[in-house]
Amino acid sequence: MAERLRADLVLEYPFTRTTGPVIGAFLTGLREGIILGIRRPDGTVLCPPTEYDPESSEPLTDLVEVGQSGELMSWTWVDPPRSQSPWDQPHGLGLIRLDGADTPMVHGLLVDGPEGLSVGMRVTARWRPEREGHIADLEGFVPEGAD
Amino acid sequence: MRDIAVVSVAQHQEKALTHTTEVELMVPIINEARGAVGLTQDDIGFTCSGSSDFLAGQAFSFVHTLDAVGAIPPISESHVEMDGAWALYEAWVKLQIGGVDTALVYSYGKSSPGSLRDVLSTQLDPYYLGPLWPDAFSLAALQARIMLESGAVSEQRLAEIAVRSLNGAADNSLAVRSSADATVEGVLAEAPIADPLRPSDCAASADGGVAVVLAAGDRARELCERPAWIRGIDHRIDPHQPGVRDLTRAPSAQAVAVNSGAGNDRLDVAELAAPFTTQEHILELELGLGNGTAVNAKGGALAGHTMMAAGLMRIADAAAQIHDERADRVLGHAASGLYLQQNLVCVMEGE
Repeated sequence: MAERLRADLVLEYPFTRTTGPVIGAFLTGLREGIILGIRRPDGTVLCPPTEYDPESSEPLTDLVEVGQSGELMSWTWVDPPRSQSPWDQPHGLGLIRLDGADTPMVHGLLVDGPEGLSVGMRVTARWRPEREGHIADLEGFVPEGAD
Repeated sequence: MRDIAVVSVAQHQEKALTHTTEVELMVPIINEARGAVGLTQDDIGFTCSGSSDFLAGQAFSFVHTLDAVGAIPPISESHVEMDGAWALYEAWVKLQIGGVDTALVYSYGKSSPGSLRDVLSTQLDPYYLGPLWPDAFSLAALQARIMLESGAVSEQRLAEIAVRSLNGAADNSLAVRSSADATVEGVLAEAPIADPLRPSDCAASADGGVAVVLAAGDRARELCERPAWIRGIDHRIDPHQPGVRDLTRAPSAQAVAVNSGAGNDRLDVAELAAPFTTQEHILELELGLGNGTAVNAKGGALAGHTMMAAGLMRIADAAAQIHDERADRVLGHAASGLYLQQNLVCVMEGE
């Protein structure tokens, strides 16, 4: 019998993209351990920042640093953790509005169980020691005062 | 504007089409839709499909599926990487431009080989959300909690929507989840699957396909006893990032309702493609549906959600009720993206 031919297939995206002046700045900020938002013409701050105003579509350029703590606006509990996510333990997922920002961001909540979560609670960022300019440079958020 | 109508529909859906390829799935559906009005592919002026290469796991997978249509001699054909409802919109535009009087629209999806709730993470932006792989149920749960905490909806109301789907689907052979004796108390007793969402709040994933034949003017009257005339059709989109939106609302749904004239007259029937009870509630409000409208009477997308086809299936369900004179004015809805980011409405009337 003829030998079966075999070739490994690696799915890949063989292009490099620049992340641009807004998303790139945000990701660079994460590497440096700071969180950036962007100011809209009406003075409110979007975090994470977008390149364009969600209503008027005007370009946004006024990056501002926001706080590393904020308010939990919504949460759910993820158990089991999803296999491709950055988390290997059951964890919360939340909408977190950081101090100085007017909109919330989605990220993980690092507590022991769902009983540790409530809408309106204060949470603060926990950083990974090694950072590379990626949304997962933030390990997640913990209750304020836990770290 | 030309008068354009849905003159024929056919669909199939089941929990998992394990041993059926997309071509094998679509051959009988397309034959049924064309055959019901006595057409062969030679009689079709334009063909347009909606599907996802990503879901199929193969680039240009939709080209394979043309084998189910028959593309020799060559046909005028297009494809959208979207729910088939948007393929129907493209075909409607093509018919409006003129030169053709008939169109075949179809779409299909097979998500059973993977975990759809995780696969849907790949539709998120690749910088802020995608790398966190938040699954579809967890993201919907964040919206649900905001709606519940703000009083935009109650758990009771969500359970009522779930029961409406479960009961309505009981005699629907295309539904993959149904229960004639489901009750609000029973749904409220379910353990959360993504707190605060319960299993019955989340649409049951399905595999399936749907085909629709469109025809213009007198051609439609020749082909169909009672064509479902498209009186309004529109689609709109909201911003992607969840943080910049009021998650208790869907402004693009309200916009398409206005632009399609949904509220200009009594609606007998509305078929909504909401993947969660929370979003079905939002749609009822944004589309301005009142007590006189039967919403998802056969279970809707909650009773069986075929990715890429759930919206065109709703338009087909709504049109069929014009064809057999169960209704005079109907609405079919399709949605795409996170938190009903994109919405399409098709309003149809009988003569």
